[in-house]
Amino acid sequence: MRFDSLLDSVGHTPLVGLPALSPSPDVRLWAKLEDRNPTGSVKDRAALAMITKAEKDGLLHPGATLLEPTSGNTGIALAMVAKQRGYRLVCVMPENTSDERTQLLRMWGAEIIYSPAAGGSNEAVRVAKKISAENPDWVMLYQYGNEANALAHYETTGPELLADLPTITHFIAGLGTTGTLMGAGRFLREAKPDIQIVAAEPRYGELVYGLRNLDEGFVPELYDESVLTNRYSVGPRDAVRRTRELLDKEGIFAGISTGAIVHAALGMAAKAEKAGQRADIAFIVCDGGWKYLSTGAYEGTLEEAEAALEGQLWA
Amino acid sequence: MSVEVRIPTILRTYTGGEKIVTAQGASLQELVANLDSSYPGIADRLVDEAGLRRFVNVYLNDEDVRFLDGLGTEVTDGDSITILPAVAGG
Repeated sequence: MRFDSLLDSVGHTPLVGLPALSPSPDVRLWAKLEDRNPTGSVKDRAALAMITKAEKDGLLHPGATLLEPTSGNTGIALAMVAKQRGYRLVCVMPENTSDERTQLLRMWGAEIIYSPAAGGSNEAVRVAKKISAENPDWVMLYQYGNEANALAHYETTGPELLADLPTITHFIAGLGTTGTLMGAGRFLREAKPDIQIVAAEPRYGELVYGLRNLDEGFVPELYDESVLTNRYSVGPRDAVRRTRELLDKEGIFAGISTGAIVHAALGMAAKAEKAGQRADIAFIVCDGGWKYLSTGAYEGTLEEAEAALEGQLWA
Repeated sequence: MSVEVRIPTILRTYTGGEKIVTAQGASLQELVANLDSSYPGIADRLVDEAGLRRFVNVYLNDEDVRFLDGLGTEVTDGDSITILPAVAGG
């Protein structure tokens, strides 16, 4: 496949069957390999779409400064696009994220402001909003509320899935900004009214939920509950177990958040199998495991991996 | 019906620091009422007139109860309930 530039190659990712993980020929699992994007994650789609939209809206001039709260992948994707397009990027990232993310962000030229570990991404959002108010000429694309994020998946991820798997019955993805699920979910629902749109939400250690009060909770502006049919919370132990199972049985080396998605996908597969229903279950492989090697999730026993992930933002 | 309920750090001031407590009830609604009788004030932090508060997520055996029957969700012996504040990802 030939493209005019790296940015033109975003998306068009492979959908691969998972014969060893699928329970039967009638209940099949399919993985959409978003790690094949230029910076190695699904976030390239949203980053490119948000910057392109901001350019169209006249918000960006050459040398403009972008600001974004991110736990990593969105920042890395934005850094790559910003570098290609000639913008400066400042990321606000929780300090309890893996070291690889810091190195990758710096490599692509982003500047990093760390937010406190307690409170996780909520705190990064709060800090970024404060910095944004102090620097009115900076542009915060704000992935949690930017319609271009969800629209990228409505226009690309969703149609790609339907074209590759016209018999799709379930779509499962991670719940972070909610952009993937809202965008691809809406598109697929329009084409297939009975489709199940399922969210797998990472459940972190207690530190991440260490808010001062419940009013500091956060629900992304993009989130529309009516798009989803189910929502599961998946802890680190199940996520690591499934990440390893995906590699062991199908040879796919994915990040830990993908393990959480696989866990929910296998749950849906088991339900369909039990009910004697045919199912084609597609899920998102958000990224590869490379950025998380230093977390300890890929070696030792499950107990050791779970202990190593305590307090880390692993998704 | 006895159900295990996991309490987030932020609400442990009500449970005397207890991380996991048990409660009785056939539905989530009854469970919350029962929790409140043991730990007065906690129900008000979880629900308002409209139902579950916006920044409170409740999971029955890892499934978000908003996609089951909300406060009407039935619970049975041995189930596990997890309460968590809503947080950002991405």
